[in-house]
Amino acid sequence: MVSRGNRLASPGVPATAGGGSAVAASELAKGVNARDPGTALALAEEVLGRALRIGATEAEVLVMAGDSALTRFANSEIHQNVVERSMTVNLRYVVGKRIAVVSTGKVDTDGLRSLVNRAAAIARSCEELDDWAGLPVPDGAAPADVAAWSDGTAEATPEFRAEGVRAVIAAADAAGVGAFGSFSTDAEAVAVANSAGIRAAENRTSAQLLTVHMSPDGGTGYAEGVSMDATTIDAAAIGREAAAKARASDRAVAIEPGDYSVVLEEYAVVDITDMLGYLGFSALAVQEGRSFVEPGRRIGSDLVTITDDGADRHGLPMGFDYEGVPKERVPLVDAGICREVVYDSQTAARAGRRSTGHGLPAPNPYGPFPLNAVVSAGSTSRDALIGGLDRGLLVTRFHYTNVVHPKLAIVTGMTRDGTFLVERGEIVGPVRNLRFTQSYLDALAGVSAVSDSRKTIRGFLGAAVVPALRIDGWTFTGVTEF
Amino acid sequence: MRDLTDRALDTAAQFGATYADVRVVRRRDESISVKSGRVEGVALGETDGFGVRVLVGGAWGFAASDTLDLAEADRVGALAVRVAKASATALRRPVELDGRAPATGTFETPFVEDPFKIPLETKISDLVEADRAAGRVKGVAFTESVYTGHREWKTFAATDGSFTEQVLTQVGSAVESNAIEGDEHQRRSYPDAGGGYQAAGYEYIRSLDLAGHAEQNAEEAVALISAPQLPPGRRTLVLDPSMLYLQLHESCGHPTELDRVFGTEASYAGTSFLTPDKLEAGFQYGSELVTIVADATAAGGLGTFGWDDEGVEAQAVPLIQNGRFVGYQSSRETAPRVGSRSSGGMRADGWNRIPLIRMTNVNMLPVPGMTLDDIVADTDDGLYLANNRSWSIDDRRLNFQFATEVAYEIKGGKKGRLFKNATYTGITYEFWRSCDAVGDERSFVMLGTPNCGKGEPSQTARVGHAVSGARFRNVQVGVGKW
Repeated sequence: MVSRGNRLASPGVPATAGGGSAVAASELAKGVNARDPGTALALAEEVLGRALRIGATEAEVLVMAGDSALTRFANSEIHQNVVERSMTVNLRYVVGKRIAVVSTGKVDTDGLRSLVNRAAAIARSCEELDDWAGLPVPDGAAPADVAAWSDGTAEATPEFRAEGVRAVIAAADAAGVGAFGSFSTDAEAVAVANSAGIRAAENRTSAQLLTVHMSPDGGTGYAEGVSMDATTIDAAAIGREAAAKARASDRAVAIEPGDYSVVLEEYAVVDITDMLGYLGFSALAVQEGRSFVEPGRRIGSDLVTITDDGADRHGLPMGFDYEGVPKERVPLVDAGICREVVYDSQTAARAGRRSTGHGLPAPNPYGPFPLNAVVSAGSTSRDALIGGLDRGLLVTRFHYTNVVHPKLAIVTGMTRDGTFLVERGEIVGPVRNLRFTQSYLDALAGVSAVSDSRKTIRGFLGAAVVPALRIDGWTFTGVTEF
Repeated sequence: MRDLTDRALDTAAQFGATYADVRVVRRRDESISVKSGRVEGVALGETDGFGVRVLVGGAWGFAASDTLDLAEADRVGALAVRVAKASATALRRPVELDGRAPATGTFETPFVEDPFKIPLETKISDLVEADRAAGRVKGVAFTESVYTGHREWKTFAATDGSFTEQVLTQVGSAVESNAIEGDEHQRRSYPDAGGGYQAAGYEYIRSLDLAGHAEQNAEEAVALISAPQLPPGRRTLVLDPSMLYLQLHESCGHPTELDRVFGTEASYAGTSFLTPDKLEAGFQYGSELVTIVADATAAGGLGTFGWDDEGVEAQAVPLIQNGRFVGYQSSRETAPRVGSRSSGGMRADGWNRIPLIRMTNVNMLPVPGMTLDDIVADTDDGLYLANNRSWSIDDRRLNFQFATEVAYEIKGGKKGRLFKNATYTGITYEFWRSCDAVGDERSFVMLGTPNCGKGEPSQTARVGHAVSGARFRNVQVGVGKW
């Protein structure tokens, strides 16, 4: 069941900090939980009040609290099963242009008092940051009313996750293969209060079920489901998808590396959005001269449109970033043309504009990041994607990708869990996994078809909504033994 | 502390656990980041909490909390049992642990200068001096320098009477220069990309002499912009310790982890080509010069401790002996399945994560006879590769590809001109079999990485690698299209 959850956000909340008592703050901390962002915000305000009272000229408090659980299975049995409750209070303490960041998981009276005192001491020791532009200020816009919370996820029990795992295993058993994967559920409250008047709080949930099915005849297959609402994940269907893929990839044969056209399934496509987000779609990357992005530059075919949208209901929504700034919908690539990049408050100040709401928790040397990439769907059915390959490869997933050349966005990695040769539009059979060394920019330029359906896939920081892609020209540079 | 550990264990036992252990972990992390001569961030993080791991009916359960009181010990102990009972609903092979005497005692990693007592102003000043020295070199686009201090207090107790207390102190630092021109972005780092790390005090940071190396390093970054692209071909490689340690990490450390062999990491990090039949057969992993150990007793390593996170005493375990595969890194659960006892490799990323088999210090032993300089002098035609820039390996750890920041041509036993964008690739056992020279103790140095990723939920481990440099013949270089 999906519900709106609870949200408190600027404007409309007085820009006054709490009383600043560590005792009061620790009492509040006892009541903080994933369901109650209001208490998390009250805690943030108390800590903020104390920071201002002892001498901060500016301060920002980020509270993240919640419950995380993960049930892990291998060889068709559960072998790890963990639950965790935790809270982090992150304080950015500013004196003039001297900035310190201290975080703690100790939220008793001593812990919170120590948090503020340590931050004050560190700030006094720091050099001034000459272009410090101040903490973000509320600009009147409230965060989008995103649906980020599901009771179904928040109430997920170990028994619920085990039931899902058993459904995955049953699908594996039916196909005579083994199941290896995990089912996780997370619920958290996030609250931000700063001395400039930012007040933002919401609660968020997410769930992910993934599995690799492994056949005794050598085949492997992957499937994944990601949702804000764990109850909407169809475990049996995920199990069947992976099982079918595993059986289909039995007895793979080696082919020569070289240039092939490819169809990348969504599980592989998410790596492209992740990598390009890291390498180029950040304002910091642009400001440091290490990004490939230039407004108006064509980097993809007309079929490629990428947006960052924290409100997209198909993804894992979030209304504001870790500085409490409402998330804007940012067009990154429009019909193949670079448009904008994402900003946090510091990169925005340098550029003389406002933040787009893409800040990560301070301190953040990596700069802003698009956590909610959305690639527009196309008009080609999945069958037609493959049907359009004269000779090429269908790739399920990538493994262990890494950047070889940042400005050219050259990435290397392996295929994994289902790689198939396609000839004259038909899958001929499974092939051994291949290594690629490929510019992801050239890949976008080579997109010749985009699927009409999409999946939500978890990336290395956020989650992306992506279609499958057909790409003309992909450079495979090696082959492995399986 | 003992009250809490006793209470958690008693509660778990009362609810039906046949075995339980509890870890109480407190961590303090301090970091300083400097970018282009400016202090961008000074951060201090503190976290503490406890995790309870239980066996019920041969199934694992784990629960954790950041609230250290007896009532929470009761809740978490009982919850861990409930989680284990859920695990038991999908169980095929009940867990059996190897026997060991109860672990008792205390352990601390030694240091001369307590990094947390060195004035923050001193640490900032040292780092800024190095960063600015790099930044003064003409042509440098931006510089980045980091310092981190890490301390972990760990208490371990188990229902078998074990009770240990440990304090681990580690530090690391690096200076990095970046040069950018057009689409070219070149980087040089010292002593290693991401930093040199040791279990030590601030004396290790002083010994690195960052400021003394920064200028030359920066000059190389600039020189690389106009250096020729490394052409493809098969070449003789001499790997500097700054590259060799990561080769060791990826292609020997990970595939000898026994949990990977048994599939429990299959869905994430992958499995291993080093299956138990290869152990029985004494598989030829490398040349006779290749001897590799996992040594948790090595001085200064990030994987140095007194006991692992299930109370097994630190030890040195041979993995590769004169080229032959002779042993795994293992746990109390996995070791009996190959007829051995735990190698003491179970480590958890803090209080809220379950222990996994992780590398300790996986070291390649030096070979008497030649220094690294002697090896260069002994090489007529080859490449000297230093400082990793990119890494990737398939999910069974066979096909790898690495990129380095710099390649020096070796002609007639002398290092000469630079090449940029150096890459090399191969198959693990073919590569190690091609090793025909290993440096002696004079270049044997302890390096390591603080961010080895594994597991779900994601865990990062701090692992050490001591290496002396080595030579490899007939290796494919210059991968991809440039």
